[in-house]
Amino acid sequence: MSARQTALQPRPAAAFDVERIRADFPILKLKPGGKPLVYLDNAASSQMPQQVIDRLVRYQTTQHANIHRAVHTLSEIATAEYEEARRKLARFINAREERELIFTSGTTEAVNLAMHGYGRKFIGAGDEIILTTLEHHSNIVPWQMLAEEKGARIRVVPINDDGELLIDEYEKLFNERTRLVGVTHVSNALGSVNPLKQMIAFARARGVPVLVDGAQAAPHMKVDVQDLDCDFYAFSGHKLCGPTGIGILYGKAALLERMQPFKGGGDMILSVTFEKTTYNVIPQKFEAGTPPIAAAIGLGAAVDYLAAIGMDAIAAHEHALLDYATAQLERMPGVRIIGTAREKAAVLSFALEGVHPHDVGTLLNQDGVAVRTGHHCAQPVMQRFKVPATSRASFAFYNTMAEVDALVAGIRNVQKVFS
Amino acid sequence: MSDPKSLYQEVILDHNRKPRNYGELAQASHKAEGHNPLCGDHLTVTLNLDGEQIAAIAFQGESCAICKASASMMTANVKGKTRQDAETLIQEFRDMATGHIDVAKQAHHLGRLTVFAGVRDLPTRVKCAILPWHTLHAALHSVADTSTESENDPMHAPIGDA
Repeated sequence: MSARQTALQPRPAAAFDVERIRADFPILKLKPGGKPLVYLDNAASSQMPQQVIDRLVRYQTTQHANIHRAVHTLSEIATAEYEEARRKLARFINAREERELIFTSGTTEAVNLAMHGYGRKFIGAGDEIILTTLEHHSNIVPWQMLAEEKGARIRVVPINDDGELLIDEYEKLFNERTRLVGVTHVSNALGSVNPLKQMIAFARARGVPVLVDGAQAAPHMKVDVQDLDCDFYAFSGHKLCGPTGIGILYGKAALLERMQPFKGGGDMILSVTFEKTTYNVIPQKFEAGTPPIAAAIGLGAAVDYLAAIGMDAIAAHEHALLDYATAQLERMPGVRIIGTAREKAAVLSFALEGVHPHDVGTLLNQDGVAVRTGHHCAQPVMQRFKVPATSRASFAFYNTMAEVDALVAGIRNVQKVFS
Repeated sequence: MSDPKSLYQEVILDHNRKPRNYGELAQASHKAEGHNPLCGDHLTVTLNLDGEQIAAIAFQGESCAICKASASMMTANVKGKTRQDAETLIQEFRDMATGHIDVAKQAHHLGRLTVFAGVRDLPTRVKCAILPWHTLHAALHSVADTSTESENDPMHAPIGDA
């Protein structure tokens, strides 16, 4: 009997009290349109627990001033709390040093930073960048901009019908002009988990740095950048129960030191004259201007919250949800699951025969079920599966088996309306 | 579906299942293609003007139910009408969908097209309902290609990502 078949009955992970966790999330008590909110759009953005909301309020009411500037007490407190948040994030991804973490506005800015700081300095005409079919637009477009500017070339790793990268093809793409690999840890559209360790080891042996888009992985599994041995790892705060407007670019210190600054301004310099400016050390070299201090501190509180629950417990609960939902949808006539990789995380993309995803999304919304419909900023994936769009349910650790049942009932209703 | 607040009323579902005037006119005097790159919806409107009158009109394409039903009801409504009357309907439909007129209170010529009034509460679906009208407008003005995202188009209405 397969794992999927045994998952037909809900089997919550032992000692994981989802109701106690849900009590931490005030937004989950909402009843939009009179129906209990079933929030299954976590891959787009997750919700924030009271602990993080309280931390933001505490910072803003008792600790706020600009950082790295004045000698007064509030500025020293704000600076200490901001840097403490960086330490927490460094522990969260097991970075060797906290100066390897740069606060950005999110994953998109993190990739853009790597493109400007590393790509524009070290990638030139005729050089090649390897990306994959599974990339989010945010890990495609910056590299296309670079390729256009420099005359470099983008090579793309194909996928199979299950949504898994073809690793043989990946390895064949390498040549003496390969300068960078950009790969997502988890596909936002399909949920496929990519075999990063194998891919990174292959690139490492050829001296090619690897940038990992971790936006969809960091919320769902333990990330260890030293174990992965990646050169860059980018992720967003708002998918991690933190605020919007904050994210991280992790980079190996030696690499960050060789890179050129991305944005110029205050805080990223040691000295400025009109003749010459000396840049600050990492990570300040890449943090020009006043950063989102409150958001960084809030993100620090968010990873504290997640670590207290335990990323392994979170992953186990989400896998149980995914297996249960997959087993339900597999049995429904007229439902096609898009993305059936052996290794998946928390994402269930599907198409209903004869019903456009927008209609699915609107009708599910009338039942209080929030899913994402559209191309998920991953149009190459949609083209590969020959669909204009999909409906996507994406789970977080605060979702329940009953919410999966609500999704299934909602899909049945959509089919009834369109029958 | 019984919920009167639902957008998916029987008339819309019926036009989605059995679209009227579906296809492409072989000898069209006017033609335009409309697409919404945000969701992949696309359709073609072909029509024949006899003087100022829309003698024949057809549409075809791939889209969600709201877009297809809107296109189907649009063709049924404007067939036989003058270009000027069609332009009035285009404007009124757009104003209804974007909440600029309240069809319950203000005078209009939309008739049963008011089943689409509910889209004004669903900003991400407004473009689905408007796309056929947008495309008809382009056809009447002989703009061969149009898009809900082309900024110099008079029908352009910036609404969030789909």
